[in-house]
Amino acid sequence: MKNTAAAPDYLNANYGIWSWLLTTDHKRIAILYLISVTFFFFLGGFFAVLLRLELLTPAGDLVQADTYNRLFTMHGVVMVFFFLIPVIPAVLGNFLVPLMIGARDLAFPKINLASWYIYTVGGLVTFWAILNGGVDTGWTFYTPFSTTFSNTYVIATGLGIFITGFSSIFTGLNFIVTIHRLRAPGLTWFRLPLFIWAHYATSLVMILGTPVITITIVLVALERAFHIGIFDPALGGDPLLFQHLFWFYSHPAVYIMVLPAMGVVSELVAAFARKRIFGYEFVAYASIAIAVLGFLVWGHHMFVSGQSVYAATVFSVLSMFVAIPSAVKVFNWTATLYRGSISYQTPLLYALGFIGLFTIGGLTGLVVATLGVDVHVHDTYFVVAHFHYIMVGGTIMAYLGGLHYWWPKMTGKLYPEFWAKLSAMIIFIGFNLTFFPQFVLGYLGMPRRYHAYPEEFQVLHVLSSAGASILGVGYLIPMVYFAWSMRYGKRCEPNPWGAVGLEWEAASPPPPHNFDQIPVVSGGPYDYADKRNRGG
Amino acid sequence: MASTSHPVLAHQFESLEQQRASTSLGMWVFLVTEIMFFGGLFTVYIVYRPLYGEAFAAASHHLDIGLGGINTAVLILSSFTMAMAVRSAQLGRRGPLAVFLVLTMLLGLTFLGIKGVEYRHKFEEHLIPGSDFRFTGVDPRHAQLFFSLYFAMTGMHALHMIIGVGVLGWLLVLTRRGRISAEQYDVVECTGLYWHFVDIVWIFLFPLLYLIGRH
Amino acid sequence: MSVHVVPVKTYALILAILLSLTMITVRVAFMDLGVLNNIAALTIAVIKMVLVILYFMHLRHSSRLTWLVVAAGFVWLGILISLTMNDYVSRGWLGVPGK
Repeated sequence: MKNTAAAPDYLNANYGIWSWLLTTDHKRIAILYLISVTFFFFLGGFFAVLLRLELLTPAGDLVQADTYNRLFTMHGVVMVFFFLIPVIPAVLGNFLVPLMIGARDLAFPKINLASWYIYTVGGLVTFWAILNGGVDTGWTFYTPFSTTFSNTYVIATGLGIFITGFSSIFTGLNFIVTIHRLRAPGLTWFRLPLFIWAHYATSLVMILGTPVITITIVLVALERAFHIGIFDPALGGDPLLFQHLFWFYSHPAVYIMVLPAMGVVSELVAAFARKRIFGYEFVAYASIAIAVLGFLVWGHHMFVSGQSVYAATVFSVLSMFVAIPSAVKVFNWTATLYRGSISYQTPLLYALGFIGLFTIGGLTGLVVATLGVDVHVHDTYFVVAHFHYIMVGGTIMAYLGGLHYWWPKMTGKLYPEFWAKLSAMIIFIGFNLTFFPQFVLGYLGMPRRYHAYPEEFQVLHVLSSAGASILGVGYLIPMVYFAWSMRYGKRCEPNPWGAVGLEWEAASPPPPHNFDQIPVVSGGPYDYADKRNRGG
Repeated sequence: MASTSHPVLAHQFESLEQQRASTSLGMWVFLVTEIMFFGGLFTVYIVYRPLYGEAFAAASHHLDIGLGGINTAVLILSSFTMAMAVRSAQLGRRGPLAVFLVLTMLLGLTFLGIKGVEYRHKFEEHLIPGSDFRFTGVDPRHAQLFFSLYFAMTGMHALHMIIGVGVLGWLLVLTRRGRISAEQYDVVECTGLYWHFVDIVWIFLFPLLYLIGRH
Repeated sequence: MSVHVVPVKTYALILAILLSLTMITVRVAFMDLGVLNNIAALTIAVIKMVLVILYFMHLRHSSRLTWLVVAAGFVWLGILISLTMNDYVSRGWLGVPGK
């Protein structure tokens, strides 16, 4: 019998739109982000659909080259800046970081709310630019095309990204201070869940990298608006300097996308193997190592742009090193699963998908990091496949896994397991059908960012587009059942998975203040061996 | 003057000390982002100066060392008054706090005024990059590059100064309302950190922009 | 809570040093020291910066974590500058046409 006099949870503690738009509760802000981020995901996905439709036929018949340039640019801009970079930190991170460390909120709740507004305003500015025709420079905005020759809304789009960058900075700042200062008594660094380590490392990257792209966008805008020449060869400027500044952020940015995903995977593997993560300290250190090493490799995006061969060689060697901590994590997850008490629930399916697909993405990363090989595959579909394996096969899979795992915590409801498993399968199949052919295409010489291609590539493109439609279906189904579950889903207990973690000790959904009493921590993370935690 | 209100402890913190330490850490982390932000501009400078040393030197000679030097002294003095303001807040002395805040604001506005004068001179001398740029010395193309950097760097710096002066004004209001005390002066400390940072940026801008090849 | 209050004399001394260093840096700029001109200007600027950070910004009496944060900022700026310059100074080293 339900206790109708139960204490309010964060969802029903206050009613009305203003209680949401003026909230400082990290859990509500996470939900606000969930809504915005999902909108941008489908916007970016919409552009992908058009791209793949055009690529069904060798001729450029659905759209003109100019339009195609805008499509892939907007797909990249929206997906990178408005979906992949914020998604896990802003949705899962915001919701879980305070809960996992036994705090009542983040260190700066108002800054947290501000970061959502900033993100949304930046997104709307970019959306406005899109509605007016968008940009055609590629999401990489290379000069001098972006500064001098493009006739599209470069400054407006840049402004949107500029604004949203502050959202990233504020989130990172909040997480760093929160994790340093607001941990519950007894919660030492090496008792923290790996999700926290991952978000801490991500925050370091957000803080140290984002400001550089911020100033770079300013310089591009100044050059474009006032015809001053910082990157203008006519004035002795170097277009390559733009690339150095751009990639100084944009390479670490991919670690902003993948580190939180790895944090999610660590939690899922531990929970569904009912085991402490093998080599916990190594995984923690690996997160920091990835964050640091990730800043030393950006020149591998510029192997054929004109930087010195010496510098290219240095960047190639450094890029090899950054693979090591990622590999350590993959080994450790695998070792955790070995002889674990495995339960094949939906979140674990996504985690397993991540491990396999991220490994492929990572290994092909080594291929493109090899200077001699990259000279041939740069700007081909090989690179496109490589980064989609990591960003879609990695980050999005981990995000979905985490969303499923913590959905009962966030909503107090269970999603339908059959449909969840089915969509996980559809997504896995659709993903591989979409992107594996692209490795072959790239290797055979199909350039990226081209809307027309030689006949012999058509079969592979058709396979890829077919896969994309399956993938799209796979993404739509969870939208439906998650929404359904809010109203009709089965009510669940606080810890439906029997998992170990401070977030599971709070109610599902948690009250606004998270814990009636701040917990005191005496044990390590993932203490599944402790009898009290068995058979939850 | 309003009586001092009690320190406010936000609900996510367990103690005022935790709140103060967190706020301070947050401000330092924010300053790191500012280091990287200005760092991008300094990187551009460091790339181009060795490549176009002569043009940069010739262009730099058009900057007024006198005004630049005075501005440097003005900012250093303002850092002193800002540090004194923080100290007054630490000791709960609201009278001196207000005085030092006003002095810092006045010095900041002096800096901005002198900067404005310098910018006007550049406008009159046709040294603002763009279609109206006219440089009679050697290598006008790269001289224009120097001036692009000059305006980008000092402009970004001036923007930060303007924000700083605004924040100081707000601090003055808080002081008059009695919201600053020896137990809680986090906002003053954070503003001080910001102000000193902006001063440090100028400490580098001055020699790098004004003192090239002056011998 | 014990927070260190810096004496006025210390602040005044730092102010005097900063202003003196400013005058020195201008004087030195007008002397022909060849390559040492740049080194001198940067060294003086760094000394001024260190004084402001240690005394005006109270880093001297701050936690180790704060020191680490400041150090990290400079290290990362160093990475940005040095790895970018690594490209520019090495152009033409390996005899590959155009690079």
